[in-house]
Amino acid sequence: MSTRPMTSLERVLTALGHREPDRVPLFLLLTMHGAQELGLSIETYFSRPEYVIEGQLRLQRKYRNDCLYSFFYASVETEAWGGDVLYTDDGPPNAGRPVIRTPEQIRTLEPPRVADCACLVKVLEATRGLKAAGDGETPIIGVVMSPFSVPVMQMGFEAYLILMFEQPDLFEHLMRLNEAFCIDWANAQLAAGATAICYFDPVSSSTIVSPEHFRRTGLQVAKRTLAGIKGPVAMHFASGRCTPILDDLPDTGAAVIGVSVLDDLAALKQRAAGKMALLGNLNGVEMRRWTPEQAEAQVKAAIAAAGHGGGFILSDNHGEIPYQVPEDTLLAVSEAVHRWGAYPLAVSGERASAPPPKVPRS
Amino acid sequence: MTDADPVETFLNALLAMDRVAAKRALGGPGEAAARLDVVERLVVPSLERIGDLWERGEVSLSQVYMSGRMCEEMVDAILPPCDPRRVDQPPMAIAVLDDYHLLGKRMVYSVLRASGYELKDYGTLDADTLVSRVVRDGIVVLLISVLMLPSALHIKRVREAMDRAGCRPFILVGGAPFRFDTELWREVGADAMAGTAAEGVTLVRKFLDDLPKEHRA
Repeated sequence: MSTRPMTSLERVLTALGHREPDRVPLFLLLTMHGAQELGLSIETYFSRPEYVIEGQLRLQRKYRNDCLYSFFYASVETEAWGGDVLYTDDGPPNAGRPVIRTPEQIRTLEPPRVADCACLVKVLEATRGLKAAGDGETPIIGVVMSPFSVPVMQMGFEAYLILMFEQPDLFEHLMRLNEAFCIDWANAQLAAGATAICYFDPVSSSTIVSPEHFRRTGLQVAKRTLAGIKGPVAMHFASGRCTPILDDLPDTGAAVIGVSVLDDLAALKQRAAGKMALLGNLNGVEMRRWTPEQAEAQVKAAIAAAGHGGGFILSDNHGEIPYQVPEDTLLAVSEAVHRWGAYPLAVSGERASAPPPKVPRS
Repeated sequence: MTDADPVETFLNALLAMDRVAAKRALGGPGEAAARLDVVERLVVPSLERIGDLWERGEVSLSQVYMSGRMCEEMVDAILPPCDPRRVDQPPMAIAVLDDYHLLGKRMVYSVLRASGYELKDYGTLDADTLVSRVVRDGIVVLLISVLMLPSALHIKRVREAMDRAGCRPFILVGGAPFRFDTELWREVGADAMAGTAAEGVTLVRKFLDDLPKEHRA
């Protein structure tokens, strides 16, 4: 065995190959903390790609992170579709009023062209900058919102659920429009230098729709969309449960699954071992008030549950750590991964047999 | 419990989003006026059970939402908004703080109305506007729904501003941040947190039951 520590890319690829690297990879998915590093407001920070590049590089060095995250904020996509973005001083920019105000508008809607959207071009410039400024040994993770989940921002959650359940033709039409955009957007990020794409799809989670409904809708959308994305994809449910649908997920082509704190990580690991890698699942909301000791205990528990045999990346459960989580806690998380994540693992594995998933009611 | 159990039959119709079966389980329109008790006997327990199933991860949010919506429609047909037989209560209001994600608020609103309560729907407001509305309307029970952690933290400002205005409503909060950090509701100065819409109804009912009669509307 080589004495040289693996590069982040080697570490991640080994883990994704379901083998044990030198230690558990750490994906500390930080966005707004870059603004804190640079002493800027969140709005100013996201106004220029060079700020995001510098912020990400500083965060990666500070927390010894195994990825660079070119994600700006989720509503950048609805901005591309013509929506407003609402900035705050202490949280991610949020989507404003829905751009689709009546279902009939869907008939005349056209997907935006990536190259025509200044907000997306900015993200691509940041991705290119990270690729150029990075060491080439740290994966760059780009982000898309799934075509099945982005309508929550495009038209509002309630209107979207009504569309989904009561107007299947228009729903299907919207999916086709969103799929075309999502594929173009993902491939543009890959072309700009992203190593992989994180496909955020909370609506597909069993928290939001029943597994049967997912199989008829979100799963089909994911299969069609991921087939068009020319690079590796992680499917992330942004805190939503995936236990009841785990066995359906390999069909999407996703190599990695983002796991919620509401899921049983050890049980999922048993079912996913050798098939899909798991990413997760620290509670970002609660993390805000963890002591360093609690952070260490949570990291140890996650590694014990899912670290054995590789196939695991330690991360939060949502895909974005809240702005309010302090530096000391993030340093404690990083330190704990470096201490307890070294292979062979010193923490005892969760070997209990996985309980059968609950059969959801439909 | 068997399929013949009326609550189970109604519940299954709701979860399947089958309006026809749900209406059939409630009884025909001709009998509606005489069957006002179905709200207490079928609707409320079914929505409570759906809330429990959601809490345990056994039903999805879309099923909770569609169930609440269907029940609200059916109860409105039996018990129109101004019907004096609706629950006698002090002024209540519900609002979303700071964002356009209205679903959680909508679900609580539906389930409360389906349980016979009336409340003002303030929609989306910022903290200052919410405080001035609550003071103006003399709100006694205020339900606040949030999606994002920063919005949850802003509730503290709402509470402090209302304290300064001498207004002390019962504040019930709900939404994702409170589900992921069960201590958060205390930190922001709320009086209670509901994990589900049905739990919200239970907490409102308990608060109103404990409220001295002279403080009611």
